[in-house]
Amino acid sequence: MSKKLLEVNDLKVNFKTYAGVVQAVRGVSFDLHEGETLAIVGESGSGKSVTSNALMKLIPQPPGIYAGGEILFEGKDILPLTEKEMSKVRGNDIAMIFQDPMTALNPTMRVGYQITEVILKHKKISKQEAKERAIELLRQVGIPMPERRFRQYPHEFSGGMRQRVVIAIALAADPKLLIADEPTTALDVTIQAQILDLMKEIQKERNTSIIFITHDLGVVANIADRVAVMYAGQIVEYGTVNEIFYNPRHPYTWGLLGSMPDLKNNVQEELRTIPGSPPNLINPPIGDAFAPRNEYALAIDYEKEPPMFKVSDTHYAKTWLLHPNAPKIEIPSAIQQRIEGYLKEAETGGK
Amino acid sequence: MANKLLEVKNLKQYFGSQTNPIKAVDGISFDVYEGETLGLVGESGCGKSTTGRSIIRLYDITGGEILFKGKDINAAKSRKEVKEFNREMQMIFQDPYASLNPRMTAGEIISEAFEIHGLYKNKKERQDRIGTLLEAVGLNREHANRYAHEFSGGQRQRIGIARALSLNPSFIIADEPISALDVSIQAQVVNLLKKLQRERNLTYLFIAHDLSMVKYISDRIAVMYRGKIVELGEADEIYNNPIHPYTKSLLSAVPLPDPLSERTRTRIPYEHEEVDETASVYEVTPKHFVYGTDAQIKKWK
Repeated sequence: MSKKLLEVNDLKVNFKTYAGVVQAVRGVSFDLHEGETLAIVGESGSGKSVTSNALMKLIPQPPGIYAGGEILFEGKDILPLTEKEMSKVRGNDIAMIFQDPMTALNPTMRVGYQITEVILKHKKISKQEAKERAIELLRQVGIPMPERRFRQYPHEFSGGMRQRVVIAIALAADPKLLIADEPTTALDVTIQAQILDLMKEIQKERNTSIIFITHDLGVVANIADRVAVMYAGQIVEYGTVNEIFYNPRHPYTWGLLGSMPDLKNNVQEELRTIPGSPPNLINPPIGDAFAPRNEYALAIDYEKEPPMFKVSDTHYAKTWLLHPNAPKIEIPSAIQQRIEGYLKEAETGGK
Repeated sequence: MANKLLEVKNLKQYFGSQTNPIKAVDGISFDVYEGETLGLVGESGCGKSTTGRSIIRLYDITGGEILFKGKDINAAKSRKEVKEFNREMQMIFQDPYASLNPRMTAGEIISEAFEIHGLYKNKKERQDRIGTLLEAVGLNREHANRYAHEFSGGQRQRIGIARALSLNPSFIIADEPISALDVSIQAQVVNLLKKLQRERNLTYLFIAHDLSMVKYISDRIAVMYRGKIVELGEADEIYNNPIHPYTKSLLSAVPLPDPLSERTRTRIPYEHEEVDETASVYEVTPKHFVYGTDAQIKKWK
């Protein structure tokens, strides 16, 4: 197995607001190996973006507070680092791709300068060399005529091309870890497919590790090696991409999978929904935070928070349903049927 | 066969200068039948939203004809006629944050339309109607006195739907009604739209870029590309047997929650093909229409 690049242990992030302290991230632990892609899925407010921003220490303080835990990057905790030390990590070791390529770029600066700025900050090379590198980067991310594009402004680029520029900036200083926060959500499906292919290509060439934040399960299936499902500031299920999609164990994961319409199998049934809405994290509920929305909730769910139960060496889920004394509840039949359909198709080699 | 509720004939909507206009919608024709859902899909900038807005008279059309229940909608000139038309056709907007006035309560937002149309006799009747509408979309009567910021995204979209329903329309244009919502909330709203359609015999024009949701909700699908409808047919037919290369490309790009097939899947890129004067609409199989030239259609089939 490849080397461990990142290890997050029991990370907690709070925000002070007038209404009270919001516990946005409540004890998140995961790790990431070199050349691996971890997808963090969850709905808005589940804490996935706060987690990824915390990895780069981008949470503004105040109102944010790192309330506990550690973030080990190559074995070294980055939480105690000063701003000055952090600025060497940002861009150089860890870089970020943001959701909206229109706001991530500076509209008053030429695209080329926005790339060379990063290179010159982190590498000791001349301006001319930096320019050559930037043009090479633009070529690598698939921008035609990079020499001409180098001198253009962001408004002269289409949405997909802008996101390629954002990726080029993120790659400028050769980071080991790339954090992509919903990088394709603002794009059309065909452009999304191109950007996903590009990211996979880059990963293969440079052995970069990727943390991919999204709420789109289709995108997760496409790009991830492992998946962490987040709900109410915690990871509720964690496993390889096959385990999460073909053997989901947490009722919330069932809910997410069930609320996607099935394009392949022709079932015209009602979509499964998760009733209600996520809890308020100023006063997180006692016990399992998902219990009020969970049709399979047990009595203990309202009293005691479940631990992570082990399903396999790589697969864990935070639900009392996996306790040996819990009633045996199977994956809802609609989802089970769909999964069996997929697996059968894979066996027979497609159509 | 159901009646035609809406007929769009050679609709053109140009913007900008007269000499070199931007042809947002460039001569499209389609019908919408009573009680069905027609899905209109395409990428940003293809003209799908413009089409919806032209149909509901938010724009003055450049050319063509739009018939609603057999009457030309642009011929209606008197105030009374316009009001009558507005009662029949309503719209649900994409962004539930931007489409609700932050200074009005949910009750005021919903009742504004029937105030304009004078559809209630006294305060009590007005209150009752607001309550019934809120309950129809899965909210409580008590929500009427709250402001938009007190609701979540999904709840706001429900208010937008209640507002669209307030005049008992027969036809609703839903312009990307779920794309700003979370996955689990999307499913709630889609189920609600389906339920309301059954209960009230509504007809929908469902505009979206998410093909999987569109296929789920629509009876028929029209695919738009650069201001033209390039393919139109029944939802299953479009999905299982696409003819136009653009439709094929679009379908190949939709990611599915199935890692094994995702890893082996290849996307089909679409190379823009110019069409000349001879291009027209062909009915390749019954009720399945494709736009192209004679030679192209032969090649694609």
